Amino acid sequence: MKETFDVAIVGAGPAGISAACILADAGIRTIVFERGEYPGAKNLSGGVLYGHNLAQILPDYVERHCPVERNIVESRVWYLSRESGYNLGYRDSVFAADRKYNAFTVGRAKFDRWYAEQARMKGALVVPSTVVVDLIRNGHGAVAGVVTGRTDGEVQAKITLLADGVNSPLATRAGFRRELAPEEVALAVKEVIELPGEVISQRFCVSGTEGVTAEILGEIAGGMDAVGFLYTNQSSLSLGLGANLADFAAFKLKPYELIEAFKQHPMIAPLISGGKTLEYTAHWLAEGGYDTIPHLYGDGYLIAGDSAMLFNALHREGNNLAMASGKMAAEAIIEAVHRGNFSRKGLSGYGERLAGSFILKDMKKYRKFGRFLYQHKEIFDRLPALSSFAAREMLTVNGVAKNQKQRLIGREFRRQGMSLFRLLRLLWQAWRAVK
Amino acid sequence: MHIICCVKQVPDTTQVKIDPATNTLVRTGVESICNPYDLVAAEAAVQLVEKYGGKVTVISMGPPQAESVLRECLALGAHEAILLSDRAFGGADTLATSYTLSQAISRIAAKDPVHLVICGKQAVDGDTGQTGPGIATRLGFNQFTYVSEIMGVDPERNTITVKREIEGGAEVIEGKLPALLTAELELSTIRYASLPELVRSLRQTVRVWGAKELGGLPERLGLKGSPTSVKEIFAPPVRGGGLVFDSGQNSERVVKDFLDTFFEKEKRLLDGLLTKDGHAQEH
Ligand SMILES: Cc1cc2nc3c(=O)[nH]c(=O)nc-3n(C[C@H](O)[C@H](O)[C@H](O)COP(=O)(O)OP(=O)(O)OC[C@H]3O[C@@H](n4cnc5c(N)ncnc54)[C@H](O)[C@@H]3O)c2cc1C
Repeated sequence: MKETFDVAIVGAGPAGISAACILADAGIRTIVFERGEYPGAKNLSGGVLYGHNLAQILPDYVERHCPVERNIVESRVWYLSRESGYNLGYRDSVFAADRKYNAFTVGRAKFDRWYAEQARMKGALVVPSTVVVDLIRNGHGAVAGVVTGRTDGEVQAKITLLADGVNSPLATRAGFRRELAPEEVALAVKEVIELPGEVISQRFCVSGTEGVTAEILGEIAGGMDAVGFLYTNQSSLSLGLGANLADFAAFKLKPYELIEAFKQHPMIAPLISGGKTLEYTAHWLAEGGYDTIPHLYGDGYLIAGDSAMLFNALHREGNNLAMASGKMAAEAIIEAVHRGNFSRKGLSGYGERLAGSFILKDMKKYRKFGRFLYQHKEIFDRLPALSSFAAREMLTVNGVAKNQKQRLIGREFRRQGMSLFRLLRLLWQAWRAVK
Repeated sequence: MHIICCVKQVPDTTQVKIDPATNTLVRTGVESICNPYDLVAAEAAVQLVEKYGGKVTVISMGPPQAESVLRECLALGAHEAILLSDRAFGGADTLATSYTLSQAISRIAAKDPVHLVICGKQAVDGDTGQTGPGIATRLGFNQFTYVSEIMGVDPERNTITVKREIEGGAEVIEGKLPALLTAELELSTIRYASLPELVRSLRQTVRVWGAKELGGLPERLGLKGSPTSVKEIFAPPVRGGGLVFDSGQNSERVVKDFLDTFFEKEKRLLDGLLTKDGHAQEH
């Protein structure tokens, strides 16, 4: 194609579109490529989004009719054994009032489409159904645009932003990112289960447009290092679980069998009962953490979002890291364009912004946490079973004195190699991994 | 040559479900696509103007979201797009739809004479195949339905020659322009647009005409102009599964069971035929 652009963005996910909005606002000629039929078509449908990060890009997102599913007023954490579980929840009316839209669920197919439309209205050109297959390099090796899969499909651009998600073959092939090891990614499977809105509100004890999230830990995936989630949408539930890819290989378990079993769990079955599965999807999660983050910019290019491995696994925060990093990339690009310097040096504002922000601080804080979980499988098999055993014994009224029950429980813990000392050590190690 | 294509946004029918309780189409979570026959029609129109010169205008009646099917046609190389969108158009049957579309075509033709209109042979959500012929009748155009190939256009004699699919074969016929064709899937092979074409289509504006812009008689639009009423929609009953002869059992038994069942059925069938024939002879 003859026409040239200031910026070419690969991927119309949260990272790419956030950047496109900021760039278009600054009058920078921007083209965004999305391989899906429309933005969102290829994206896992659903998740929690954070109003704070969205407002940084579109302060008036509510007035612009952002397709919110449910505003989250209660967050639950579950710790499950095979057939029982603990539930810890926190509900706060402030999240329905002053801090409304702190967190809310969206369907990605709808949200991404809407978000891309906002970028388009600001002046960015969003090109769907088009795959970027390669990067153009100039004589000095700097990135000078992209090659798409269409005829006459080369586009010259001063700067290219890779926002193409976790499985970024472009970044890997270009040598910007190393090949990921299996234990650095998780495979997530998810189902969207359709239920009438009133039924969902009733089952989760919320009104109209309010919602609940549950993050699920424990023995939910046959003992693998895994986390699950259950989110309320307007008239569907998103239920999913992700487990370490290396564990999938070692445990020889099949993702769809896992989610089928997950759906039978007594904590989950009544909530989804009568629902109809609308879709089943599988996706990678960039769980590698701080140590897998590649060098994030170079001559003529930057990397943002999942493609840059910016994902906070413990807090399930990917969308907001993607949005915030997309915004920072855009700000650095604007500086570079004004200075006329598209080299690595010209783009260094990106690195400075990331380092000074919550993004890299959080990533660093949890640097060791992924490895901690991966190496302590007892969190995913023995410990859930034992803690259930403890609760079950204490709650069973059978004439046995509580002291005796405690001794019984203690003995069982020791028998399974989880003495008090071991437990404290585990706690201490967990603390060290996140402190 | 000025060609107009009429295109419709339809639910992706492979996913359409009918709610057994209410007998209505379940539309939640169903993706919308461009009616495949219409896309083929638009591609054929673009190929014609590439050969004979001229321009292609695509029109669609539908909600604001139907803009996306017009854009799809623009990406194929259509030159202009007009969306007919107004609450007054809602609830239209094929009578009101063909009225609205022909009204739009007349308006376009007043400025820029129209030589050919191409529609899909039917929309996959309704399968009636009435809209195209309805438009042709109202405009007084010759009509060629179920066209699988455009053999050629003769600008001097002002004629078009097409191949139509008919019961048990095909026919090649020639007729005067202006004319209306309805397209079979074989009419064209849809191209994969080049990047510059796609970019051009994304930048183009799609004009929107409401009832005011369209003119015509308000009582013939939308629900008001639609005498058709749908009594009931139902999914055909699910056919029961076939018989299974479990080979896990004794294999000799399985063969015997199968043969017995087979001949039993065959015998009943033959008996039925014989008695019928027998009766016929007696009377
Ligand atoms: C099951 C699951 C649940 C999650 N839940 C949450 C949650 O609740 N909250 C949260 O904050 N995060 C969640 N995440 C993480 C979050 O989805 C990601 O962090 C986020 O989507 C990253 O955004 P992105 O823009 O970097 O990448 P993506 O959203 O992956 O977008 C990349 C886009 O690029 C396109 N693309 C890729 N390659 C090309 C190419 N070569 N050419 C053209 N286009 C291309 C893709 O089609 C895609 O649209 C979840 C992830 C999963 C898998």
